[in-house]
Amino acid sequence: MDSNSLYYSLELVAGSGSTLNVEQRTALQTSLVILKKNYKFHRVLFWGKILGLKEDYFIAQGRGEDELQDKKNLYSFNCMDWFLLPPATESMMEKVSKIKSRFIGDPSFVYEHIEIRRQGERDDATEEVVVNEESRLAVTVHQIDDEVSVVPRGAFVKSPHGLVQMNRSFGGLSHSEAGKLDNFLHFSEAKNLKKKSILEMGDLNPAIDFLDVLSDDIPKGSWSLQLECASKVCVLRSLLWLGLSFYHVPMTPQHGYMYIGDGIKNLDLPFML
Amino acid sequence: MESEDSRRLQSAASFKAFLLKSSTESHLNLYDHLTGMLLKVMDEHPPNVVDVIEDMSRDVKRAMLEEQQSSLRELPETSAAELLAEQQRSLFSRPEDADQEDELMETPLPNVSELGFYLEQAGVGLGREETQRVFLALKQLVESQALLRCRLWGKVLGTESSYIVAEAEYREGEEEEEPSLDEDETEPETEDTETDPLPQSTYKPLPEVPKEALGTGANKYVYYVCKEPGLPWVKLPSVSPAQITAARQIRKFFTGRLDNPVASYPPFPGNEANYLRAQIARISAGTQVSPQGFFQAGEEEGDEEDTSPRDSYEANPDFEGLPVTDMAESLSSWVHHVQHILQQGRCTWVNLAVKPGEDPNEEGEAEEKEEEPDEPEPEVGPPLLTPLSQDAEMFGTPPWTSKVSSTLTSQHAVAVLRSNLWPGSCAYACGKKFENIYVGWGLKYAGEGYSPLVPPLPQKEYPSGPEITEALDPSLEEEQVLKEALEEQQAAQEELQDSGDEAEEDDD
Repeated sequence: MDSNSLYYSLELVAGSGSTLNVEQRTALQTSLVILKKNYKFHRVLFWGKILGLKEDYFIAQGRGEDELQDKKNLYSFNCMDWFLLPPATESMMEKVSKIKSRFIGDPSFVYEHIEIRRQGERDDATEEVVVNEESRLAVTVHQIDDEVSVVPRGAFVKSPHGLVQMNRSFGGLSHSEAGKLDNFLHFSEAKNLKKKSILEMGDLNPAIDFLDVLSDDIPKGSWSLQLECASKVCVLRSLLWLGLSFYHVPMTPQHGYMYIGDGIKNLDLPFML
Repeated sequence: MESEDSRRLQSAASFKAFLLKSSTESHLNLYDHLTGMLLKVMDEHPPNVVDVIEDMSRDVKRAMLEEQQSSLRELPETSAAELLAEQQRSLFSRPEDADQEDELMETPLPNVSELGFYLEQAGVGLGREETQRVFLALKQLVESQALLRCRLWGKVLGTESSYIVAEAEYREGEEEEEPSLDEDETEPETEDTETDPLPQSTYKPLPEVPKEALGTGANKYVYYVCKEPGLPWVKLPSVSPAQITAARQIRKFFTGRLDNPVASYPPFPGNEANYLRAQIARISAGTQVSPQGFFQAGEEEGDEEDTSPRDSYEANPDFEGLPVTDMAESLSSWVHHVQHILQQGRCTWVNLAVKPGEDPNEEGEAEEKEEEPDEPEPEVGPPLLTPLSQDAEMFGTPPWTSKVSSTLTSQHAVAVLRSNLWPGSCAYACGKKFENIYVGWGLKYAGEGYSPLVPPLPQKEYPSGPEITEALDPSLEEEQVLKEALEEQQAAQEELQDSGDEAEEDDD
């Protein structure tokens, strides 16, 4: 969520159970402003927390000109000193996909995963995968953004040049619109747009409908849409990455998402629905 | 010159007339539309107006069309927020006869704002206003049910809506209505004795482990849930060991509706209310902790045989409070104060091998096995008030994570303990105060992945006997041999009979 709105929006996502205490909030307010100046970001967001066994990571994200492409992630332990995370590459993602234990809390910790593959009658081929926790953190943040980041429909516009920016005339979804999953979009590169039929494309506005809709997610039911805080706030929780909460106050432009959790994908989801 | 001007004026007038021509479809005309658009630009002065002029044009057209809508007025709809606000209004009403004396006595409620403050320091919480609403709802519950003691247990998230759970103590003399249990029919009705009887099933279901009595073991406290503070509280049924065993084997989200059936394998005996109660029991047994020394074992009455585990504890009046750094660093300064649930599903072990005197003999079970299995070993769990350092690791992760809430002002910091086995369970301690709370999805940490139980092998359907074993049909030679043998036998018999008759005749 945007650092400008941190002081009131934490109350709105607190329904998921996790919040930040006052000390952390004040520290964030100070350090995010400094971060924005140092890295020359257009906007700085507090992305969330990844809970480790010994220490927790606080993650911040800075956005540049193009909201979709220019993203930089940073982590910190005390909300004051921030370190830049490397961008996630394909090879890193492949290595990290083999590791399923919890985060430890030490960025220099090295995970070793030994895979033994038998290839017919030949000798066993052992593969050793060595990943350090910092890259695992970078990959996890990237994956969460890619798979479950949410924005309401109309909040971002794509200019004819391809630049994605905030829509200043977004007035918020109405109460009835906020109750439907169709009006929420993934904030990542669209994968399903080309599969839509021409009839459906006719209803869409290419300036605001350039992202995937949440209701197309498989399996169906992997999002939980609820009204919280005496039905004022519409809260979306992801069941695929437990800990991601998105909030939106209908009829106002306030929206944001935050992840507080242990950074492990919920692969058992089909059993649990 | 003048004619040129007049011609220009005339062409301007005719162009204006063209602009004023109304469209056949929408009855608008371009002149009015352009006027409206330029007025809008003059009013609003948007930056980079040439880039947004098409949007403005569309807005103006839409605005013009809306004025010609029908004159039906919309009924004001009561939104969900308004309905809820009405219900939550009752939370804030004070009873009319609130005596001053009542406020001086010990209330069954804990100190509201203090708890909320400490929970926020620990990083767990529902938000300030929501916590306040929840506590007011708790107060309403205490007043309506006249409970002795009540505590906020936590919140269980669901896919459609969530549950707020409150824990309360049983009052004496409270009985629960037990639904009539259907007995399993293991004896199928026998067919007529003339036709071949159908093979009968030899399946005997395992004897059911009896429930624990109210007020003991897993049923020590009674739980109430509600969806939102202000809505009525619903009491959850007490839990049975079969439900706990089944809950250990399945992994399902809660939906938010108490009567929802839980479709899973192995089949869960009950609906979502029972599943919720079973998970609450498991979470309480696993993660309710207190600083060491806060509780001491209750007085043991009677003999001092240690056959039954201690199940009572009381607050220690001499508790001094441990320093926060100690609490955060060593796990042995925390103890469990809820009994561990055994493998059987209960807190106290029950020996099921003891058969009652008369076992109703079921028909067709001639081959009832009389052998008694060896006496099963009694299951023993860790006794009450064991320190957390004895907790076992699961899947390679330590069971608890502890930290101090603030490093900058460590004199006033709070020690926070988070469970890794039940993500969402949290405990804090500061001096003499401590509390446990759970906010999460109600699921245990399953390590690398959950693999559901495999169904058992299909049972042998019927015992094999001579009537149904297959045999080769006799060949022709065998049949002839048999026939000759039979004929010989018959001939021999007739001879005997004849000789017998003759002998009788001779005797006369």
